[in-house]
Amino acid sequence: MTANIDLATVWAFIIAFAVFVYVVMDGFDLGLGILFPLFPDKTDRDVIMNSVAPVWDGNETWLVLGGGGTMAAFPLAYAILMPALYTPIIAMLIGLVFRGVAFEFRWRAPPGKRNLWDIAFAGGSLLAALAQGIALGAILQGIHVEGRHYGGGWWDWLTPFSIMTGLALAIGYALLGATWLVMKTEGALRDKASVLSWSLLFAMLVAIGAVSIVTPFLDIAYAQRWFAWPNIIFTAPVPIAVAAVSVLLLRSLANRSDYQPFLLSLLLFALSYLGLGISMYPYIVPRSVTIWQAASPERSQIFMLVGVAVLIPLILGYTGWAYWVFRGKVRPESGYH
Amino acid sequence: MAAMFNGFDAVDLARAQFAFTMAFHIVFPAFSIGLASYLAVLEALWLATGREVFINLFNYWLKIFAVGFGMGVVSGVVISYELGANWAAYSDKAGPIVGPLMAYEVLTAFFLESGFLGVMLFGMERVGPKLHFVATSLVAIGTLFSAFWILSANSWMQTPVGYAVNPDGQFVPAGWLKIIFNPSFPYRFVHMVLAAYLTTALVVGAVGAFHLLRDQHLPGARVMFSMAMWMAALVTPIQILAGDQHGLNTLEHQPVKIMGMEGHFQSYKDGAPLYLFGLPDQAAGKVKYAIEIPKLGSLILTHSLDAPMAGLDTVPRENWPPVPIIFWSFRIMVGLGFLMLGLGLFSLWMRWQGRLYESRLLHLFAVAMGPAGFIAVVAGWFTTEVGRQPFTVYGLLRTADSASPLAAPAVGSSLTAFVIVYFIVYAAGLTYLFRLMAQPPHQGEQGPSHAPVRAAGITPAAGVAAEGQTL
Repeated sequence: MTANIDLATVWAFIIAFAVFVYVVMDGFDLGLGILFPLFPDKTDRDVIMNSVAPVWDGNETWLVLGGGGTMAAFPLAYAILMPALYTPIIAMLIGLVFRGVAFEFRWRAPPGKRNLWDIAFAGGSLLAALAQGIALGAILQGIHVEGRHYGGGWWDWLTPFSIMTGLALAIGYALLGATWLVMKTEGALRDKASVLSWSLLFAMLVAIGAVSIVTPFLDIAYAQRWFAWPNIIFTAPVPIAVAAVSVLLLRSLANRSDYQPFLLSLLLFALSYLGLGISMYPYIVPRSVTIWQAASPERSQIFMLVGVAVLIPLILGYTGWAYWVFRGKVRPESGYH
Repeated sequence: MAAMFNGFDAVDLARAQFAFTMAFHIVFPAFSIGLASYLAVLEALWLATGREVFINLFNYWLKIFAVGFGMGVVSGVVISYELGANWAAYSDKAGPIVGPLMAYEVLTAFFLESGFLGVMLFGMERVGPKLHFVATSLVAIGTLFSAFWILSANSWMQTPVGYAVNPDGQFVPAGWLKIIFNPSFPYRFVHMVLAAYLTTALVVGAVGAFHLLRDQHLPGARVMFSMAMWMAALVTPIQILAGDQHGLNTLEHQPVKIMGMEGHFQSYKDGAPLYLFGLPDQAAGKVKYAIEIPKLGSLILTHSLDAPMAGLDTVPRENWPPVPIIFWSFRIMVGLGFLMLGLGLFSLWMRWQGRLYESRLLHLFAVAMGPAGFIAVVAGWFTTEVGRQPFTVYGLLRTADSASPLAAPAVGSSLTAFVIVYFIVYAAGLTYLFRLMAQPPHQGEQGPSHAPVRAAGITPAAGVAAEGQTL
């Protein structure tokens, strides 16, 4: 049994890692879609698209790993969460369809119709981001479980809290997108992205603050996790670090640094994500199902662990190589398209 | 709007949704598997010979690949989440076995494809021709890895072995090698990969023929048409043999599916007929207006004229698959297979006569056969999946017990949404694909990159020479 407990924890970290990589990597390219309406110029839009065209597909693969990995390692959690999050999940999928095909379609459409695919890209990105944030809120606020099934209705996810987390995630993605543009573009486009990063950072801090204040009121257990002695020794540094990173991020924008704003935004996401982990652990369906209850048998988890141990470092290696190949600023005249 | 689904059964709606989204999805991986390999072959030929026609064809088909691959990716993400959303009970029970197989598909295939796709589409100038060829080859290998794992998972649902059932009712693994290489997997894998290659060959052949009908001397059109017709001529006979073997395997492990495909409602003591046509009547339990060849059914399935064959009358009615669907989908697949054989043989004859590029009849035939691979793939997929009914895990887990605890309005609304979205997106995608195919491959054909000055890096002489200098 001890071995099983360890395995489930290891798998919880692997899934959490996959979801985190997805959130930040697809986060910045969804963020670009959210920001698209603010960049009406065609050349700017071409540059924005070209800055992610070679990598977006790889970014989205982490979402499939997060979903498929959960089904494989924690099938019970997958079986409860997906029907509980039915509407946001379907909305996310439809959003991802529209924005995914837009990458190729907008180059293939006749000039008059290109604008339609720009709208599809922007709308699909925003829809997917909101849906993911709403799903997160719906998980945090608790899910009605009966036996091995979801026991609620198909609108239970809709609450003011889940709407708030939906908006918070969309703002966060937009910040990642804006700082990505600071890193990957130059001239007026970069300047505009830099100005946007300022306002988006403040919006994100408000959003983090709001979610952090409300979460402890959702369930007494969340409050105890964060504020009870001695937990607070370990939890208190998280908000302090958020403040510190935000200051550094502002400074890096002021100093016109290319890389730091994006990297610091990633760090901000990592800290928020750590906060979520602190709230949820060891539940995978909060307050109902722990990672041990949801775990698939040892044979399933070990079989996959071998693959993960060998392949994830390899994947990170060649993904890094692909980013390296397309490193540097994207210029209008040297676009990939 | 959601209220209109109150009269429906949520399970039927979930099945309709899976069938709909899967039918749209499956054609794209089938095309991508074949096209990725074709692109790797074209690039290898270009590197080996330096002939410009190969890189022109490579860039021509690369643009088409980019559009098709994108559509395959987004419709595939839908499938991976639909399983949990609509089929939660199945995900809980089969997750410990099917989940890891799909996770391996993501780890070995999806990442490999998407990781190198960017370089394949946009990176020729940045990495040089040789590294670029490595990227193309890895994408092609990725598509085959993907087929390996997903067909292993699918085959396990058809012929489950190597499992135990735990107290929670979950299927748990007892032996992974048995699970991965379950009895129907090798047959299904070979059959599907060959189908993907044939499907692509028919599309390439149709596009080549379309342009030959306008101009017999287009070098690109001649090369692609000739390559495609070799594939049709050589691979179709192998595919028919593989299909026959797959059928024998199905007879051994899923005889009820075969009874449905053949319309064998009753048992035959001394040799079963082959129904060429007929209207299977599920309720009455017989094939109406049947045109049959006596004893041929037994000959094909058992390779013996008088072999007795059990029929659906030996099976409880609640375990019958929907006979009319698989009876017809099977005949559509087989019929198209023999038309493909006809095309291949016709092309051999014309080649022998030296009229491969002149015969308008052959070219018209090839254009007409362009979509045949897709139709055959979907028909074959319907045959094997509908033939698995009324189970998700064959003989063990009923479809009715696999669904999510959702009300019909939820499933009906999402089905409606997918239908609307897919018709918009796929109509646009097909339009763009047709528009790309309607252009002949040009001299100095560009890839998906649209930068103004591109020629230096991608002409073979300059590219290969530059590579040579650095070595």
